[in-house]
Amino acid sequence: MNSLKIGDKEFNSRLFLGTGKFGSSLLMQDAIISSGSELVTVALKRIDLETDTDSILAHLPQNINLLPNTSGARNAKEAVFAAQLAREALETNWLKLEIHPDPKYLLPDPIETLKATEELAKLGFIVLPYIHADPVLCKLLEDAGTAAVMPLGSPIGTNKGLRTIDFLEIIIEQSRVPVIVDAGIGAPSDAAKAMELGADAVLVNTAIAVAENPANMALAFRMAVMAGRLAYESKLGLIQSTAIASSPLTAFLND
Amino acid sequence: MINFVEIFNSLSWDEIKESIYSKTAKDVENALATSKVTLEDFKALLSPAAEPFLEQMAAKSNALTQKRYGKTIQLYAPMYLSNECNNICTYCGFSLTNKVKRKTLSDAEILEEIEAIKKEGFNHILLVTGEANYTVNIHYFLNAIKIIQPHFANISIEVQPLSVEEYKKVHEAGVYSVLVYQETYHKEVYKTYHTKGKKSNFDFRLETPDRIGEAEIHKIGLGVLLGLEDWRVDSFFCAVHLDYLEKKFWKTKYSISFPRMRPAEGIIEPNVIVTDKHLVQLLTAYRLFNEDVELSISTRESEHFRNNVIPLGVTSMSAGSKTNPGGYAVEPESLEQFEISDERSVQVIADLIKGKGYEPVYKDWDKF
Repeated sequence: MNSLKIGDKEFNSRLFLGTGKFGSSLLMQDAIISSGSELVTVALKRIDLETDTDSILAHLPQNINLLPNTSGARNAKEAVFAAQLAREALETNWLKLEIHPDPKYLLPDPIETLKATEELAKLGFIVLPYIHADPVLCKLLEDAGTAAVMPLGSPIGTNKGLRTIDFLEIIIEQSRVPVIVDAGIGAPSDAAKAMELGADAVLVNTAIAVAENPANMALAFRMAVMAGRLAYESKLGLIQSTAIASSPLTAFLND
Repeated sequence: MINFVEIFNSLSWDEIKESIYSKTAKDVENALATSKVTLEDFKALLSPAAEPFLEQMAAKSNALTQKRYGKTIQLYAPMYLSNECNNICTYCGFSLTNKVKRKTLSDAEILEEIEAIKKEGFNHILLVTGEANYTVNIHYFLNAIKIIQPHFANISIEVQPLSVEEYKKVHEAGVYSVLVYQETYHKEVYKTYHTKGKKSNFDFRLETPDRIGEAEIHKIGLGVLLGLEDWRVDSFFCAVHLDYLEKKFWKTKYSISFPRMRPAEGIIEPNVIVTDKHLVQLLTAYRLFNEDVELSISTRESEHFRNNVIPLGVTSMSAGSKTNPGGYAVEPESLEQFEISDERSVQVIADLIKGKGYEPVYKDWDKF
């Protein structure tokens, strides 16, 4: 399996994890370990930077790469501010850019996200923006200097799977930066499907965190992501709707 | 743009009550089966017909809440700044007619309280006052918020209704959320409980969430005082209010609280008894109706209730609360708004939450 390069880093695992929603920090820790993930996203708003004893940070495996996110930011200005806070506090210039003015479905604002990406790229951030599965927006983000794109499979937290599949395919076809399918991946089969399509990685949170056994579910996702990627690299056969038995339209050529 | 008073005036309490009480088991089954619970479905879930379906409602509420919020419970502490009040509210310990010594915290006293609350580990705080517009007004609030703001990640206020301009000022000063309960949506009954003071103006209070939304406050807290009137009808009105606000102020978050009447100095008995069963029905009905709204349970509730309600849809809880100004450090014996029921410390509550398989969350906000 090929490794994945984003910015200045190389990943052997193509499964990224969210750290929210777990019933305890220990469950989170076990899940991260069994997922084999090398990159986890943490909401800056959940981290207590005043004390050194923040429970989430304290339970992250050593050497794991941190991807702070700007969850809670409603516009580009707030997100850029949060990014700077995160860079200073967590000593990384990696950033998952999340701008969702709508707190109900947490859908990303494309206009503010593009604005913030431009600004943050100029400030030296490795920006991974969470976006709709909008192929045009992805190209605009590339031009703005994004390090990857993170289109959604379906609304965040819904476990509905790849509802945006037709647009994901276009994005994957066109993209010059890694495509990480984020949000909505509810089952390992969804993750495998995304990888088979040629997505470079997937990010999963709710489906693992809320599972009855998060560590085992994380393992299931790890295997699914590997299976999907291997299948993609091994070139899947074309899907035929009917068997091709004869050639009624061109048979005359052989007459 | 229209405000909620116009919508309210188009609704009839009696018709809604009749409609709720005529819901059948079939209506409840439909409401449980659908993935988009409408206001009509919500009526069925609130109705007496839903009482045999509590376990199913709880199971669905549990799953929906975990999907949206994960296995987490946000912890917060109320901090009473003042018990001065010019209103007569016959159910409230702070009512004007209650002839007891009043207290409003000074700057130094606020700092003392902050220290005591911070020691418990809290990072989200709710500031509460009565309504005394000469002394505890926007100037007092802005000063208090300025003192408190550096010490907490997230500040909510539960004070008298303010103007849009005043809300904008408190927002700028660092307030994240404003709570204002209509108490009851029964206009005539409202007047009998609120006989004097600015609060006696029903419509002004009803329009308050519109003003909060206009000021672009992040979160609006709604609720009715359970015990004043028929909780099913009152809660239906509250859900209509929530539905209206969500569509109008789509960038705003919402929370629902469930203040159940508690004993307090010099107050009346509840008109309607809301049992534990009722409260579970109400809480889970809200979750089925709205997957996103925050649901908050305070220390008004008993230990037994709070021990068991955690997985049923709750997203935030207070703990170790004092409901009197200075209650944490300065003047533990000052007049309280109501007697709390669950007096256990925040450490005990945090352990309780963990014991249920949930993570107690102390911080979930930053002032970006």
